[in-house]
Amino acid sequence: MKKSIFLSGGIAVLACMVMSACTSVKEYQKSRINDSEMSLSSRKVEKNELNFQSYREGAAGANGGKTGGGCGCN
Amino acid sequence: MRKICLTVVGMYFMLLHAFSQVTKDTATFKPRKLQLDEVNLVSSYYTQQGDHSAIQGGIGSEKVTDLANGLELRWVGWDAHQRKNTLTAGLGIDIHTAASQAYISKTGASQRTDGTRIYPSLDWTRENEKKGTSFSLGAYYSNEFNYQSIGVSAGATKKTKHNGEFGLKLSGYFDRVKLIFPSEFEPAGSYGGGGRDEEDHPDYGSSPRQTYTASFSFSQVINSRLQASFLLDLVQQHGYLGLPFHRVYFTDGNDAVENLPSNRFKLPVGLRLNYFLGDKVILRSYYRYYQDSWGVRSHTASLEVPVKLTPFFSVSPFYRFYTQTAANYFAPYAQHAATDTYYTSNYALSAFSSNFFGAGIRLAPPKGIFGTHLSALELRYGHYTQTTDLVSDVISLHLQFK
Repeated sequence: MKKSIFLSGGIAVLACMVMSACTSVKEYQKSRINDSEMSLSSRKVEKNELNFQSYREGAAGANGGKTGGGCGCN
Repeated sequence: MRKICLTVVGMYFMLLHAFSQVTKDTATFKPRKLQLDEVNLVSSYYTQQGDHSAIQGGIGSEKVTDLANGLELRWVGWDAHQRKNTLTAGLGIDIHTAASQAYISKTGASQRTDGTRIYPSLDWTRENEKKGTSFSLGAYYSNEFNYQSIGVSAGATKKTKHNGEFGLKLSGYFDRVKLIFPSEFEPAGSYGGGGRDEEDHPDYGSSPRQTYTASFSFSQVINSRLQASFLLDLVQQHGYLGLPFHRVYFTDGNDAVENLPSNRFKLPVGLRLNYFLGDKVILRSYYRYYQDSWGVRSHTASLEVPVKLTPFFSVSPFYRFYTQTAANYFAPYAQHAATDTYYTSNYALSAFSSNFFGAGIRLAPPKGIFGTHLSALELRYGHYTQTTDLVSDVISLHLQFK
């Protein structure tokens, strides 16, 4: 459990390091960032893929999809 | 001197005009009632083969087909305070067949090998663009032959001054598992005519299952080509967490219904990183670490590479790798000791790795496809393999109308 807390903390620290490296981006510089395929959420067309994975695999969550409730899945 | 004066006067009138424009815009703002803004249709066909059915204690066919269809309608409007209101109503219908369901009856004579799941949903979001905040509420319902679920959620987001956004969502699912046991554990006479359906046995009884989730997210634009998001879910489940028709065979040859603890805590942590490479290639990457109180630990890594062949047409190959350790309570067919407290032979809780790869296409011309309201079309195929020998294929179509 301790190991995984360290791992989760490591991911959070890495995320903070990546995000702290950000530069100021003006609205007019966001043409690429605003491209629909740059979206940080899962695509709608992936919805049923995430569903079947939550039935066939032990892990779920942290992807905008199911975390366990709402179906007879894990 | 005359030119300078004329320039100053000209600039003054330009500024005056600019301010008058702003005043006019604010003064002419009118709230707009909710109007239909977008319609999404998602259809998928899924097919699966395998030889580790949990219904037969870890052996037997896992053949499944599933046709899933979802319709989503989105209305958008602005209230008197210039807040954007979005109402989203969804309806999903899945029709599946599962060969293993025949073996709820020990002889394989159960009549019900298919089923339908219906799941409507309703979400409302209020966004204050000036403050960079939003608030949302949601309600969900799902009903299938052996499972009912009611879900509610509430969420909020807050944008930072530096192109970042914090998000928090709390959700609760209040489910009921219908207690359909394998035939050998049912009272005699429950399986009229060698098969089983609602008419044979109308009163199964049920057991509750609750799932509470707190989802945290932080997304950040890092530079004009790179953005990232950090995702963390805290999930607590309580109640009947197995399925009553899953068998376990012991080393002594006897069998029982799988027995799992009534609590499970899950901790998934994810990181997404999307990078626009050059003018035509996007790298969509994702990593997740997961662990739970049943002893399952997993790593998931995926990469999708949309390539824009034209500004409005792209091809997206993708690959996903997944690996997990077994739950503390898993053992294969006939390997559990009768003295075990908890036991399951559900291979979703075994140790395995999986590979999922495929490709998609996306077409989204600015004036719609063939000049119609069909604004985007996506088609995607994926092939999935597990080291348990489970193999599946899924093809999905998404149509967006605006």
